Amino acid sequence: MSSAFSQAERLDALRGEIRRIEGISPAGRADFLPFGIAEIDDRLAGGGLAMRALHEVAAAGPDMASDAAATLFQAALAARFARAAGGGQVLWAVTRRDLFAPGLAQAGLTPDMVLYAECRDDAETLAVMEDGVRHGGLAAVLGEAKRADMAATRRLQLAAESDGLPALLLRRRRKAEDDPLAPPSAAVTRWRIGCAPSAPVPYDGLGRARWRVELVRQRGGPPHEWLMEAPDAEARFALFAATADRTDRPAGAWIAA
Amino acid sequence: MPQLPIERIVRRERGSRPDTSPRLASAATGGQRLRDQLNDLLALGPSPETAGPGERIEDCSCPRGGGWRPGARWALGASAQAPRLREAEGALVTYARTGNRDLLTAACRRARALGLAPGMPLAKARVMVRGLDARPADGEGDAAWLARLGLFAARRWTPRAAISGADGLWLDLTGVDHLFGGEEQMCRRILAFVRRLGFTARIAVAGSLGAAHALARYGHKPLIHCRLHGEADALAPMPLAALRLDADVLGAAHRLGLERIGDLIAKPRGPLQRRFGETILRRLDQALGRAPEPFEPIVPEDPPATLLGFLEPIATAEAIGEAAGEAVRRLVPLLREQGLGVRRLILTCERVDRDRQEIEIGLARATRDGAHLHALLCARIETIEPGFGIERLHLLAARIEPLPPQPIEGELAGERPASDLAMLVDQLTVRLGERRVHRLSALESDLPERSVHAVGPLADVAHWPDWPRPVRLLHPPEPVDHVIAPLPDGAPARFSWRGRSHRVRAADGPERVFGEWWRRRGEQAAIRDYFQVEDEAGARFWLFRKGDGEDEATGDLSWWLQGVFA
Repeated sequence: MSSAFSQAERLDALRGEIRRIEGISPAGRADFLPFGIAEIDDRLAGGGLAMRALHEVAAAGPDMASDAAATLFQAALAARFARAAGGGQVLWAVTRRDLFAPGLAQAGLTPDMVLYAECRDDAETLAVMEDGVRHGGLAAVLGEAKRADMAATRRLQLAAESDGLPALLLRRRRKAEDDPLAPPSAAVTRWRIGCAPSAPVPYDGLGRARWRVELVRQRGGPPHEWLMEAPDAEARFALFAATADRTDRPAGAWIAA
Repeated sequence: MPQLPIERIVRRERGSRPDTSPRLASAATGGQRLRDQLNDLLALGPSPETAGPGERIEDCSCPRGGGWRPGARWALGASAQAPRLREAEGALVTYARTGNRDLLTAACRRARALGLAPGMPLAKARVMVRGLDARPADGEGDAAWLARLGLFAARRWTPRAAISGADGLWLDLTGVDHLFGGEEQMCRRILAFVRRLGFTARIAVAGSLGAAHALARYGHKPLIHCRLHGEADALAPMPLAALRLDADVLGAAHRLGLERIGDLIAKPRGPLQRRFGETILRRLDQALGRAPEPFEPIVPEDPPATLLGFLEPIATAEAIGEAAGEAVRRLVPLLREQGLGVRRLILTCERVDRDRQEIEIGLARATRDGAHLHALLCARIETIEPGFGIERLHLLAARIEPLPPQPIEGELAGERPASDLAMLVDQLTVRLGERRVHRLSALESDLPERSVHAVGPLADVAHWPDWPRPVRLLHPPEPVDHVIAPLPDGAPARFSWRGRSHRVRAADGPERVFGEWWRRRGEQAAIRDYFQVEDEAGARFWLFRKGDGEDEATGDLSWWLQGVFA
């Protein structure tokens, strides 16, 4: 019995060692922000999104709807980080001016949380993101870039690691047929978000939007794919409820952020 | 006289541009002939004479303007109405509470033409004039504006300038008028300058403060030039009030039939002093230049600055950075002593070839943190072209604000010290440029493209109501075609956008948005019906149709796509 216990302890210690080597922060769950949904958190190395890391998000298709879904996913993650920090501030480096703030507020990223910085190009975006991460007083830093090579992402990842701030980068495609996640990157997780048909509702109208969320790559864990429901006003995600007999509750597992 | 308040109101509402920023100009002062200039007030809006007389006669039951004869209204049968008030027609007055009554403190020219005057009870004015625009007086604001103008005058026009009463300035022209092309030319330039600011001024040039004061206020001409030693002649026809006397002295003089200054000059001095006291003679002597009068000039405070000179010209970025650091280290104690923080910092590099290179930095919040200022300057050093080398560095705190000592943030109360976002904002502003760091706040408008505006990075923001809104907004909206939708209020079943056809699986709507008629006449009847639709792939769009589907005036039933949901 005692030997089995010590064996489990030893395994934990070894896993911690591996994480340290891989650059994911050594300490326990405090450095990870869980989604609050067991099926997702179990699949993520560390049980949640690493707080001191660069995460990349991309749209599944070249259409505007997937792009909007990826943007909102990024915004909701930032809102979760900010809420976890107890009302933190978020810096968003934008290059296009079509973000519609009232829409973001509905995914939990209210206007008092966001500081926007208008950048002219990708180089400036990455520099501004690094400034934001290095400042250390924010809850998260967001940006969007078409071109960010290994060196640039590595720089951001190192800054995030040393200053303890999550950075979220939306990878845009340069041409419609490109895969924005094809070039290598130092990001700890890489996500691909696309739209999926939502569940029909018994009344005349629209239900909660649904996304196909693909974890393309993560350091220290295998990729995975989920069918998720769009975040609500508190930036809570939910998994698609496969069973049809759960109509007394909104679909999925609801857990307060 | 007190119409400065009126013009400030008019100016503020016109949203005119702010004062030009003061720059230093200095000239030597001597001290012989004091000249005085006085800003008076002027008229706003068209004068009563130019406002269409026909209209006035119709609305006005008084004989003013002609065209009204007793009995004429009886004959027309319009007499059933009680005699009507005069129409205000844009007359503007200010009032302030005195004791337990509201008294008018200023009236525009139009209000004066309607019979209103400062000192009149507000209630009476409202009875006399219908729809009178009455605002509370802002004496402090007026005084502050005048002080600002005085400061500007002290920097730009003459080293000796002073505030005169609530509505005027004294400028000592001795020895400076030739810099502006002579007295006459200088006065015209000042008049033109004040006019551009939206104010009307009257200027009198005379040999004593008292005479200039009286001529500017009671001379009724925009520019009065008093002959050398001609004060007595010029003042003789002025009312006694021009001498800056108390109300009881004026009252007593009025009872004795003394109305003009000329009456006073002719009287023997002994009896005058016995009856009115010594003030009246002193004021008279001051006006005539026989007695001295103290003059308290405005002293402009120079902003904190430091100057570094080098034995050898410097040219490398490291050296300039180091020198800028030294300049900042010298500037910070100056700021600390005076309890000031910087909002705008200008570093001027004087090159060997007399060229100047400037770095200008704006700060989100007043600060005197040396390390922070130095870091911001260093971020811009690459924009300096040293040429053959830089001889002198000049660091100027161009905009300063009071900044008292700040408490040290601690964790005693158990909360994490709030991080200072202002420093990050400064850093980003230096990197990106002004106005590129901002927050987005709500505006009260139902039209989505008007509901967002950028505010300062440290400003408070307003929130939007909780209606479904897209993540990305297309501006301007893009037209969609091949729309199949039932009228009057059905959601589209299919549409094509950017060459692709979408079949709608589910939809929500309409959300009706009405045109904002108070902004544009064309929007008076306009209506947009917004629908959220989801196509077969799960993509969600925000479409609207112009018009309510029933009345053509509300829109032409064209369909537009304005946003994309996630």
